[in-house]
Amino acid sequence: MVRPNLDTSLDRLTDELLGLGSMVEKALAKSLDALKRRDLEASSQVVQEDDEIDRQCVQLEEHSIELIARHQPVARDLRRLITTLHIAVELERMGDYAEGIAKISLMMGNEPPLKPLIDIPRMGEKASEMLRRSLDALVNRDTVAAMGVLSADDEVDGLYDQVYRELLTYMIQDPNSIQRATYLLWVAHDLERVADRATNIAERVIYLVTGRMPEVGSSSRILVD
Amino acid sequence: MEQDSIVLRAQGLNVWYGEFQALRDIDLEIPRNRVTAFIGPSGCGKSTLLRCFNRMNELLPNSSVQGRILMEGQDIYASNVDPTEIRARIGMVFQKPNPFPKSIFDNVAFGLKVNGFQGNVQEVVERSLRRAALWDEVKDRLNSSALRLSGGQQQRLCIARALAVEPEVILMDEPASALDPIATLAIEDLMRELAPEVTIVIVTHNMQQAARVSYQTAFLMMGEDRAGYLVEHGATPEIFTNPKDERTEAYITGRFS
Repeated sequence: MVRPNLDTSLDRLTDELLGLGSMVEKALAKSLDALKRRDLEASSQVVQEDDEIDRQCVQLEEHSIELIARHQPVARDLRRLITTLHIAVELERMGDYAEGIAKISLMMGNEPPLKPLIDIPRMGEKASEMLRRSLDALVNRDTVAAMGVLSADDEVDGLYDQVYRELLTYMIQDPNSIQRATYLLWVAHDLERVADRATNIAERVIYLVTGRMPEVGSSSRILVD
Repeated sequence: MEQDSIVLRAQGLNVWYGEFQALRDIDLEIPRNRVTAFIGPSGCGKSTLLRCFNRMNELLPNSSVQGRILMEGQDIYASNVDPTEIRARIGMVFQKPNPFPKSIFDNVAFGLKVNGFQGNVQEVVERSLRRAALWDEVKDRLNSSALRLSGGQQQRLCIARALAVEPEVILMDEPASALDPIATLAIEDLMRELAPEVTIVIVTHNMQQAARVSYQTAFLMMGEDRAGYLVEHGATPEIFTNPKDERTEAYITGRFS
């Protein structure tokens, strides 16, 4: 007995998830670009567009619930569904970080930036790349690629430490810079969280394929809240 | 499942009906005071396997059994073992409720009378009906015919009848497949309630039922020569989330060809 309905529904759910992923990717890129160019108009667009990401996530959740009610999936189907749900939540939160960055940009308003942004955009690129690679790993059921995402997180953490130290130096040297330095520190923190959530996605991919959760701490980090 | 105490153990079990081999090389342990479910496609031998555990297959003509089934270390097929005694320790409930055309009371008391029970029959009947979650529904009409009960009630009566002789194990062959969904859930609740005191082994076509009630699930399939064999067995959550064998995966996800 073949059940094309369940397969089709699961495929459709994956498409929805990838759609959500690409919205989040765009939001992240746009939030950083707007921050760098001091484009407040674009920043407020990112804040507005996050509502659509949230709506998509809710819709995906509703579709998942309906699928459970109709098909009561088990085994690989069940793992696929649960993985999709978890990843959707991760993506939704990543969208919130993009929104957070946009809001920081709006708070900075027309103040001149503290310093030219170099490491923060680099963190953004790495985090976005981790997101993209984790979703590719999902599509290809590729645990090796997923493991690669886990180790990439260390680079982002390294950049975060560097940004943190640098901003701290600014603050120590000139207390007048504290507010502007803090804004940038928040941005760096948001990006560090994005990278962590990309590793969560990679861990879900490993679960999907193997049926086993990677050991907590196995990649020098743990599942974030 | 190493910590489980094992009540029944099949070792190298092979069963034939005349020339036809129905089961091949079954090795399986049944944990005590748990629910074990046998699942698998029609004809895979799961009912045959179930019936081996209380020597019911012997009642079928030309059947023969090779290998052993140990109950607490003793081979129940040994020549000095009386099958009637085995069937008292290992009761059975069938797919279609089969109450005797007698009163509700007499149905439950039947096994006691056959065994020459000397104690308080009244008391045992009440206790068994209570354990089968039927007492409240029938206590005012114990002398009316069992055949007037609904299907679900009849099935619980059969369970009460099995419980009356205090078996260690109850075998259930698709006990809910002739019942409506509500009566089915009542039987499942009953299995959960009984399991801490009585080992239950069920055969079911309803995989969700196996997933809902059982502690251990065993998946059987039919070989090229139509002999049934055990593909995989293990903790039920494991079987239904991450089965080891591709054939189990295909069967439980409905992609069986």
